[in-house]
Formats: sequence, structure tokens, C-alpha cells
Amino acid sequence: MALVELRDVHKTFPATRGGTAVEAIRGVDLSVEAGEIVGIVGYSGAGKSTLVRLINALESTTSGSVRVDGREITTLREKELRQVRLGIGMIFQQFNLFDSRTVWGNVAYPLQVAGVSKADQARRISDLLHFVGLADKAHSYPDQLSGGQKQRVGIARALATSPSLLLADESTSALDPETTEEVLALLRRVNRELGITIVVITHEMEVVRSLAHRVLVMEAGRVVEEGPTLEVLSAPQQPVTRRFVGTIIDDEPAPEVLDALRARHPGRFVKLAFRGSETRQADVFAELLRREVRFELVYGGIEEVQGDTFGNLTLALDGDAAAVDDAVNALADLVPTQELAR
Amino acid sequence: MNLDTNLPDLWSLVWQATFETLYIVAITLFLGGLLGLLLGLALYVTRRGGLYASRAANLTLNVLVNFFRPIPFVIFIAAVQPLARVVVGIGIGNRAIIFALTLAAAFGISRIVEQNLVTVRPGVIEAARSVGASRLRIIGTVLVPEALGPLILGYTYAFVAIVDMSAIAGVVGGGGLGNFALQYGYRQFDTVVTWTAVLIIVVLVQLVQLLGNVLARRVLRR
Ligand SMILES: Nc1ncnc2c1ncn2[C@@H]1O[C@H](COP(=O)(O)OP(=O)(O)OP(=O)(O)O)[C@@H](O)[C@H]1O
Ligand SMILES: [Mg+2]
Repeated sequence: MALVELRDVHKTFPATRGGTAVEAIRGVDLSVEAGEIVGIVGYSGAGKSTLVRLINALESTTSGSVRVDGREITTLREKELRQVRLGIGMIFQQFNLFDSRTVWGNVAYPLQVAGVSKADQARRISDLLHFVGLADKAHSYPDQLSGGQKQRVGIARALATSPSLLLADESTSALDPETTEEVLALLRRVNRELGITIVVITHEMEVVRSLAHRVLVMEAGRVVEEGPTLEVLSAPQQPVTRRFVGTIIDDEPAPEVLDALRARHPGRFVKLAFRGSETRQADVFAELLRREVRFELVYGGIEEVQGDTFGNLTLALDGDAAAVDDAVNALADLVPTQELAR
Repeated sequence: MNLDTNLPDLWSLVWQATFETLYIVAITLFLGGLLGLLLGLALYVTRRGGLYASRAANLTLNVLVNFFRPIPFVIFIAAVQPLARVVVGIGIGNRAIIFALTLAAAFGISRIVEQNLVTVRPGVIEAARSVGASRLRIIGTVLVPEALGPLILGYTYAFVAIVDMSAIAGVVGGGGLGNFALQYGYRQFDTVVTWTAVLIIVVLVQLVQLLGNVLARRVLRR
């Protein structure tokens, strides 16, 4: 059974004075299995934040079903919802720490809400601060911490009540690349060592590439594409997904780049999609050499996604027209091949 | 300038008036401060997107506060005198003035409170909600503590405003330094007495302002 299960969920924000109603979520189905890290990407306004806020009921659904741990939460009353929220951690782009409390006090807050005894609180907080590497900052105030440290406090606070699910809304978007990597590494440990399921929302594909096992792409309140991260990154289907993937992976040259390349390189352009260890590049190149087709690598590269590799290579093929024709057909048997139209 | 003065004969009255002012202002600050805090919180949490968002409640509260707040205090005293008779049993004297001051202060303070609460980042309230805190708990353990520094400064400001308003107490037979200055200073053409009262008020205000600043700085840690 999935840890989180959304079925045909809609969320419409009613019109405010002088405005119109906003359909933020338009029929989303989603399941998150226990133990996985799911990435949700989409451009600003796609409905990502709204979607996660439906999972911990910070926002109520307009219609549809939201199940957490098998329990339908859309029909619960406020008091029962508070119990559900206690079992779901959340971290935020702006960290949202309590400035009036120390690091210790911030992590203590959920425990106080949960009614945990003082002694148990102390033990838990101390463990958590060690886990996130901030034991020496227990008595500092948030305004004395760097962004990365603040987010680590946010993570410790979110984990205080030992939730089974962690929601991360743009949790690294306010951080520099190095600190981002630190926080992502910590989230990976949260998932691996503590077995906590994580839903990360982001508009940075790099976060998805390095963290998410599975990715969902949202556009205008809908999930338009979803799949294992490697699959989506190596073979994006929807235009919006391609644009996202294009931000980190040189999938295929943009039209103006293609024009420039054609001016420099004669012949036909084919894009070859290498996936994992299925096809060896050596076989492809040997085939081309055997057929006496001159080739040049004009665009692309080898990409890494959590240990797996793939590459999209664009070659310019030159030589006798018939030989090139035959070569293109032969390559198509070896590896997914796509000719880039003029 | 006439510097003939009765001050040497009036010291016991000076101290009594000082004590009365402190007493009136302290009770007003406590009761009016409490009422103002509740009213300010109500104004804040009923706003759109608030913890207890309610257009009707927010509108009602705003109309109420906006109706009473602009009334000049000297007229306000007269206007609420009948109500004072019902609530505190008398329409004149210190009890009546404390009643009127408390009401007026509550309306004024409610706006100060509301303005300071608006500065609390919505994100921290969201964070508290996300760990399952109840709305009342959030008000007590997040909202007020996060705004405490500016709130202390706001209440310090309110103290000065109450001292100012309390000077008019004489019109309904109330006591205090304002009344003393008018009665024994101004009406007797005794400038020294008037200025003695003025100086005591200035010292009081300075002391409280200092206290407020120190407290606020400690809370804000800067
Ligand atoms: N409380 C609200 N009231 C009215 N409209 C809202 C509210 N919250 C979100 N919306 C609208 O819902 C849509 C989706 O917003 P949402 O915040 O979920 O997008 P997002 O994908 O998280 O964007 P971003 O990347 O900018 O955070 C937007 O059009 C937004 O204006
Ligand atoms: Mg968002």
C-alpha cells in the first residue's frame, strides 16, 4: 500500500475581490511508496506547493481523495488533522525557523506540541542535532546561522516527531550550489539511514538528478509526465519536461545551435540515445568505420544519474550518400536513432 | 515671570498626585493592555488568510475600533460616563477615569498589536501548523513570542499615551499629576508648581521608555 495516495484531486482557490477563482490543481493522481524519494518539478505557478500542502492538509481539497498511510484525510476534522500533521515533517525554502527560539527551542517545538516529556525531549533533540551536525549550535539563535545551517535546523525540527514522510518545498532554492549539495546529502541520509519517505518539490533539475528516485512533472495543475528519474531524464516526452531536462543535459541542440553546427559540418545529423550499458559506443563507431562513413561528434555528452549513465550524442555523418543511408539504417538496429530534420 | 510659589506647602500633595497617576496608569495599562491585546489578536487572526479568517468578524471589529478610536479623549470620557456608572458603579472620580482610560487604551493598543503581528512572517505560522500545533497554541507560542520585541516598544508608547490622556482626569473629579498641575499650578498662577508636575511626568516617561527599550533590546537580542 502506498504511503501517500491522491486520486483525482482538485483544488480551486475561490475568487478574491476583483479577481477570479484559481484552479491550482486540476485532477492529480499520485502515489508515493514508502521509502522512496519522489521529485516534483514544474515552473512557477504549476501548483507544486499547493499539491504538497494538500498532503499534510495545510490546504483543504476541493474534491478528490487524499490518503496518507491508508487513511482518508479529506474528511477529517481539524483536531484529527493535527494528529496526521504530527506524522509528516515539512521543510521550506525560507526555512521558517522561529526567530524567538534557539536552535534547541526550534527542534523542541514539535515535541512540545506532541506532549513529549522534558527528559525524552532532551534526548531526542540532542540526537537530532548530532544527526544534522549542529550539536555545537544548540544555543544559537537562527539569525546567527548560515542558510545551510538554518535548513539543517529545519530538517531536525521536521524530523523531531519521527515522521514517516518528509515534504520539502524548494528546500535548497535559497542556497548556493555547495550548500545545496550539503543539504541534499543530508536528505539522502534521512532517506537511507532513517528510512523516511521524501517528497521534494523543486524547479532545479539538478536536485532531481541527484536525489529523486522518481520524478513527476507538473504543468498548469496537472501531472503531465512521470517515471523513474533515469527514464525521464534520458527520454523526456513532454515539451515542458524537455525544457527542464535541457537545463542540465545537452539532449539535442536548440534550433539556432543546430543551424550554426550545420554551417560548419557537412552531412546528415543523427542523434543516438545510449542508455545504460545496453549499447556500446564502440560498436556504433566500428559500424561507421566499417562502412567508410566519416563521422564527427558535434553535440551531446554522457550524463550520470545516481550511479547510472546515459548519453545523447549527435553525430554528423558524411560520405557517399548511399553508404550514409545504409549506415543510418544499420545504426537504428543498434541504438535508438533519430535524424535531426533540416 | 511670577516665581512666588506655594510648592513648599504642597509636597505631600505632589507625592499623592504622583502616586495617583502611577496607580491610574498602571491599572489602565494592565487592563487596557490585556483588552487591547485580545482585540488586536482578534483583528489579526480574522484577516484574510488568518488562523480564524472571517470577513464578517474582521469587518465588525474594524468598524468597532475605527468608530471609537478617533474620539478625542476628553469627549470620550463624557460619552462613556453612563456606561461607567453601570460597570464601575460611579461616573466620576478615579474609578470612572480608569474605566474610560482602559476602554480608550484598549482600542488604541489593539491597532498597535495588530500592526506588530502583521510583521510576523506567515511562514513561521505555517511551520507551526505543519507540526500539528493548534491555532490557540500557535497564537500563544509562536505569534506573540515572534512579535514580542516590537510589542514591548508598542506598549511603551501606549504607556506614554495613557499618561497623556490621564492628565485630563480632573474634568470628572479624578486625581493625579495632571489634575494637580491644573489645580495648584495653572489656576493659582504658580509656575513652579506647574513645572514640578511637568518634570515628574517627564522623569516617569523617561524611566518607562528606558525600561521598554532595555526589555525590547533583550528580547530582540540587538
Ligand atoms: N492561498 C492562495 N489563494 C489563492 N491562490 C493561490 C493560493 N496559493 C496558491 N495560489 C495560486 O495557485 C497556483 C499554484 O500556486 P503554487 O504556489 O502551488 O505554485 P508553485 O508551483 O508552488 O509555484 P512556485 O514555484 O512559484 O512556488 C498559482 O496560480 C497561485 O497564484
Ligand atoms: Mg511553491
